[in-house]
Amino acid sequence: MALDRQTAVHLAGKTMAAMEIAQLEIETDTASVPTSVNVHCAGTWTVRGVAPIEQRLVALVSTDAGEYVFDASAISALDTAGAWLLHRTIHELKQRGADVRTSGLRPEFSSLLQLIASRAEMVEPVAPVKAGLLAGIGQQAWRGLLGFSGMLAFIGESAIALLRSLVQPRRIRWRPILHNLQTAGFEALPITGLLSFLMGVVIAYQGADQLRRFGANIFIADLVGLSMLRELSPLLTAIIIAGRSGSAYAAQIGTMKISEEIDALRTIGIVPQELLVQPKIIALVIALPLLTVYADVAGVLGGMLMANSMLDISYGVFLDRLEEALSLSSFLTGVIKAPVFAVIIALVGCFQGFQVSGSADSVGRQTTVSVVQSIFLVIVADALFSIIFNWLDL
Amino acid sequence: MQQPLEPGTVVDIRDLHTRYGKAVVHENVSLAVRPGEIFSLVGGSGCGKSTLLRAIIMLLRPVSGSIRVFGQEVIGLSDEHALPLRRRWGVMFERGALFSSLTVAENVAMVLREHTQLGAVLIDEVVALKIALTGLPADAGAKYPSELSGGMRKRAALARAIALDPELLFLDEPTAGLDPLSASGIDELVKSLRDVLGLTIMMVTHDLDLLWRTADRVAVLDKGHILGIGSMTELSRLEHPLVREYFHGPRGRAAREQAWKKK
Repeated sequence: MALDRQTAVHLAGKTMAAMEIAQLEIETDTASVPTSVNVHCAGTWTVRGVAPIEQRLVALVSTDAGEYVFDASAISALDTAGAWLLHRTIHELKQRGADVRTSGLRPEFSSLLQLIASRAEMVEPVAPVKAGLLAGIGQQAWRGLLGFSGMLAFIGESAIALLRSLVQPRRIRWRPILHNLQTAGFEALPITGLLSFLMGVVIAYQGADQLRRFGANIFIADLVGLSMLRELSPLLTAIIIAGRSGSAYAAQIGTMKISEEIDALRTIGIVPQELLVQPKIIALVIALPLLTVYADVAGVLGGMLMANSMLDISYGVFLDRLEEALSLSSFLTGVIKAPVFAVIIALVGCFQGFQVSGSADSVGRQTTVSVVQSIFLVIVADALFSIIFNWLDL
Repeated sequence: MQQPLEPGTVVDIRDLHTRYGKAVVHENVSLAVRPGEIFSLVGGSGCGKSTLLRAIIMLLRPVSGSIRVFGQEVIGLSDEHALPLRRRWGVMFERGALFSSLTVAENVAMVLREHTQLGAVLIDEVVALKIALTGLPADAGAKYPSELSGGMRKRAALARAIALDPELLFLDEPTAGLDPLSASGIDELVKSLRDVLGLTIMMVTHDLDLLWRTADRVAVLDKGHILGIGSMTELSRLEHPLVREYFHGPRGRAAREQAWKKK
């Protein structure tokens, strides 16, 4: 009997899709207060066909006749959505005491209706739970607090894992370190070099005009050299790496967390920190200072080119001046920040990766957070360095 | 071999060849699924069952051959023309493939919102009905897929697959990874879906219990060829060693006896 509907639907074939529509004709008796209503149902009562009659059935329920007769003989197709609509209407009418009769329903359709009726008690649409403003603020604050304490715990665990590795150097995993050096360090060379070079060009370009006014053209070397080495190239490199590698760490660990790979590591007896976090921190602590030096060179090169073309300062003169302007300390104050930035970026990226839970959405969210947070913390750390160097008169 | 198309054949595959890179997956595969039947693909791991399913639902393009669904050739069909066809079938993926950022109810509702003009209240009710039909408790609707057990996730995936009351349902390993109790719940569910809603069901499974209890016809695939098509009883009489091992191994026999007892 189930086949009937199937073949009927099938034979009607393509024309069916075009005219799939449910029809409803409501006949009320002529008395001023209607007592009996005839409802003629026809057409395809399917999920795609019932939309036009939905509101009319809702309206029908709110009429107050005492008797309703549903003539379902002309229904040519019925699926769960149509059956539900019919069931709901009949059920609601009966509930307010009306007398409801149904006639002409095909046997296969009435067995569907019975199935729907048997499951109807379990049907309760879920209402989304919305928190109030105050509760929202509370939850947000609590989450923030949890996140902070989680971060502290994470830093602690990482430090312990690192110490353990230092005591037993056999535990250090060299392969992932080398791999990370390659991906986070070597492969970042082109973009870091290019951006740093452009930064040098921009500074020289901006400075050249001002310096020319005072006839202090030669000080372009001081301007470019000091600003690149002390501030800009460490900061620029760190920001590039935070966007490039920090986000990758968060996404990688987050996806592994969702697919239970982190749990698998634990059960195999590998501390996830050792395999996933430590190599990244070590590799970045090595790579970021090197990248910074490379960015120093590229930036100064950019400034030197600009000085030559705008202020007619030859390369030789520029380099002579640069040697006078820069001391070892101005180079070191820049490079010394890099390892600190590296630890911040790797820790934040990995930590946010571990914070991922459940959904693909969460991977995206934590990746975003990791980039924003690590850039923020890098700049804060840079400001702290400036204050400290100021105290130390460097 | 080349017979005329039986009228009303839901899925008709002729001389299908598929390849993954250099590896040949199917060679000369032909089969037909009739309306209202539960058709099952069986075979060892890696024999190309799921690949065949993916080819039918247009996730993979075969090298040559023809696949007709509801009489329409799907190979090389443009997205625009595929849409009416896609609305007529539902797919349940092996690992559920529920959208992880949506609740179960939202997963089901998404299909209805996308393809129907039903009002919001009715959609919520139909969604709750589908969730109830698959045997999930009502409160499962508000949960996210990550909060569900494996068996519940399968049911939720099934609820999404039947959201539009499709005429044709594809099930990829509907009982894999389930405990026997949940699995036999799925058996019943598959049967009642066919009996009450008049669906045609095409499934891929290893589950011998499910096969004995539900499948009308079964195709045995091995290394890209079809070894035989027929009812479970017919297939169990085949002489091919692989088929024999499959049906008369200890598990096969136990499942068959179980099925007899049930009947």
